[in-house]
Amino acid sequence: MEILLAIAIMALGAVVLGAALGFASIKFKVEGDPLVEKIEAILPQTQCGQCSYPGCKPYAEAIAKGEADINKCPPGGAEGVQRLADLLGREVKPLDAEEKPKSVAIIDENTCIGCTLCIQACPVDAIVGAAKQMHTIIAPLCTGCELCLPPCPVECIRMEVIGENIDNWKWRYPVVEIKAAPLKEAA
Amino acid sequence: MLMNLFKFKGGVKPPTNKTQSVTLPIAVAPLPSRLVVPLHQSIGGTPRPVVQAGDKVLKGQLIGEADGWISAAVHASTSGTVLEVAMHVQPHPSGLDALCVVIEPDGKDEWIAREPLDYASLKPEEVRERLQQSGVVGLGGAVFPTHGKLTPAKTVPMDELVINGAECEPFITCDDLLMRERAEEVVRGIGIFRDLLQPKKVLIGIEDNKPEAAAAMRAAVDALKEPFLVVSVPTLYPAGGAKQLIRVLTGKEVPASKRSTDLGVQCFNVATAYTAWRAIAHGEPVVSRLVTITGNVHEPRNYEVLIGTPMDELLKLATPHPDTDGIIMGGPMMGFLVPQASVPVVKATNCLIAHADRLFPPKAPEMPCIRCGSCAEACPHELQPFEMYWFSRAKNFGKTQEYHIFDCIECGCCSFVCPSRIPLVQYFRFAKSEIWAREREKKASDGAKARFEFKQMREEREKAEKAEKLAKAAAAQAAKKAAEAAAAAAEGNAAEAEAAAPETPAVAVDAQKDAKKATIEAAMARAKAQREAVQPKNIEALKAAQQQEIDEIEARRQATHLSEAAEPAAAAPASEKTE
Repeated sequence: MEILLAIAIMALGAVVLGAALGFASIKFKVEGDPLVEKIEAILPQTQCGQCSYPGCKPYAEAIAKGEADINKCPPGGAEGVQRLADLLGREVKPLDAEEKPKSVAIIDENTCIGCTLCIQACPVDAIVGAAKQMHTIIAPLCTGCELCLPPCPVECIRMEVIGENIDNWKWRYPVVEIKAAPLKEAA
Repeated sequence: MLMNLFKFKGGVKPPTNKTQSVTLPIAVAPLPSRLVVPLHQSIGGTPRPVVQAGDKVLKGQLIGEADGWISAAVHASTSGTVLEVAMHVQPHPSGLDALCVVIEPDGKDEWIAREPLDYASLKPEEVRERLQQSGVVGLGGAVFPTHGKLTPAKTVPMDELVINGAECEPFITCDDLLMRERAEEVVRGIGIFRDLLQPKKVLIGIEDNKPEAAAAMRAAVDALKEPFLVVSVPTLYPAGGAKQLIRVLTGKEVPASKRSTDLGVQCFNVATAYTAWRAIAHGEPVVSRLVTITGNVHEPRNYEVLIGTPMDELLKLATPHPDTDGIIMGGPMMGFLVPQASVPVVKATNCLIAHADRLFPPKAPEMPCIRCGSCAEACPHELQPFEMYWFSRAKNFGKTQEYHIFDCIECGCCSFVCPSRIPLVQYFRFAKSEIWAREREKKASDGAKARFEFKQMREEREKAEKAEKLAKAAAAQAAKKAAEAAAAAAEGNAAEAEAAAPETPAVAVDAQKDAKKATIEAAMARAKAQREAVQPKNIEALKAAQQQEIDEIEARRQATHLSEAAEPAAAAPASEKTE
């Protein structure tokens, strides 16, 4: 008889805990994959497609699934790779492409014919203009993705590197690294 | 004059070196060969240039228009010709260029028409606007536009107005001399601030190593019968920091995330009060300021200097010793070596120190931190510089923020006391600018993401709308075609006309599958209808019974078509999504 009671108590406990767990799994359900969001937060959101995925989110999803490598994002640079590696516990790899300085697109407004092709190409709505009217780039919104360059039929868009100015200047790292003197060649 | 003073934690007592430059009265610096007036001299928006090369300007004429509320106008410092509006090296540690107006003086130093104002007759907002138009900014070093600090908070009553005449940094004596020689105008300027802010008390804090200045200020306060309190505060660097002076005079400690106005305290520098009075009562915008020239020179002295004067020309007035190898702008604690000797004097320039190794021996190499804790004892903000140092060095910026790096005022007390001679402030500046850069990037990427997502959403919506429109047009065309066909067939056989009806859904399905095809078909149907219209119709001269029959059929068809036309429209967006 006692063994039945013990079983009953254990069974009751199991039912109660099971119900609690079931309730919690519905109540505190995590929408989406939080890992994708974390990866996406590290990506620079240029939406340039240089990683061969159509935007930063698809690339983040691919990384999360393990389909893509973490070194495919040139705008993120080596620092981006480092941060992704830290987040995912993967090994740091050299960037799969050349790291370019941050730049901004400039439309030569005299040459622009107002075809609107660049407006359609811009992933972040940083170009204003209308058909047969001059177009111009809202420089602070431009991510420098270069997607507007190929569609332009008159090649009036160029990329200009954003140089250092007083507003974005940073104090240098005060640590001076000690480097070994380059070895003189024997010959 | 007994007043209970408070203390702030920490602080250091570096040699003051102030006596050298107070022996001579203020002198007016002669006109330089050319003036380079930077447009961005205060915190906030960069003023827009309103002159161009070749323009003749008068002293005090507007050359840079304030951009936004937190921004202050910039004026020509003397009369002459604008040579260019171009990029020139700034008195900034970066050594980078910024937009400047270069003026060649004509030697006449001719003022614009100055309009003195009786500020008592003006509304507070007019006074504030006048201050903004006159380019009055905080001359204590932060160069925050003064008008932006003169609106009393609605929720917190203004208790104390603190006037900062502490001038705690070594070598600098420009505020000292200003108070000695122009105390009356300083007090009148404080009167303007008092009338705008309506504080309960006005406290003027002056370090006790400046008894002459304090005496002159007391005399001026008494002469003008103002109820201001001139308080001597103990000499301890950095007593002239706004938060430290507020602490000493009122006992209030401004929390990290708050401003002094949240506690009912506002703070201004004495030189700011002076320029405010000149701007209101004399109509003179800020075109000059007092600059202490000291250090490795024969004749240290305070000069009234036009904004834009090249520093090397100015330094020559005090005849620097031949071993001078640089110019420090500001004091030895918080100042920096200017990148080029020819950079201009700006509104933030309170002191120029001729640098020589004899005076400031080069620092011995940095040694490892021994965690002695001296920096934490010296820190006036009760931070833990050694912790912030470790994390800045390791580039662990999140941790530096946990240790409140943004409360650091970069006063240099920690570097001053460090036995390992670690340039702690350099590390904090590095960490701060990295954090700011990251925040800027984060903001930009968040904005880009939002716009990208919105664009995608908009494209989807446009596609759906277009498909819906096409489907509707196709359905309408199909209906028209069916109507025509039915009308044509009505004469002959009613049954045939009904047979035409099933044709309609098929067309609609086509439209769903391929909108383009539907349009073509619709166009063809239109053409066919036109062709038919030309041919004689057999529905003329109908009998009454026939007419009734046609009407019935029409009514029936209309009912069916309406429902059919609505279906593809509803189905279209769904089909777009599944693509």
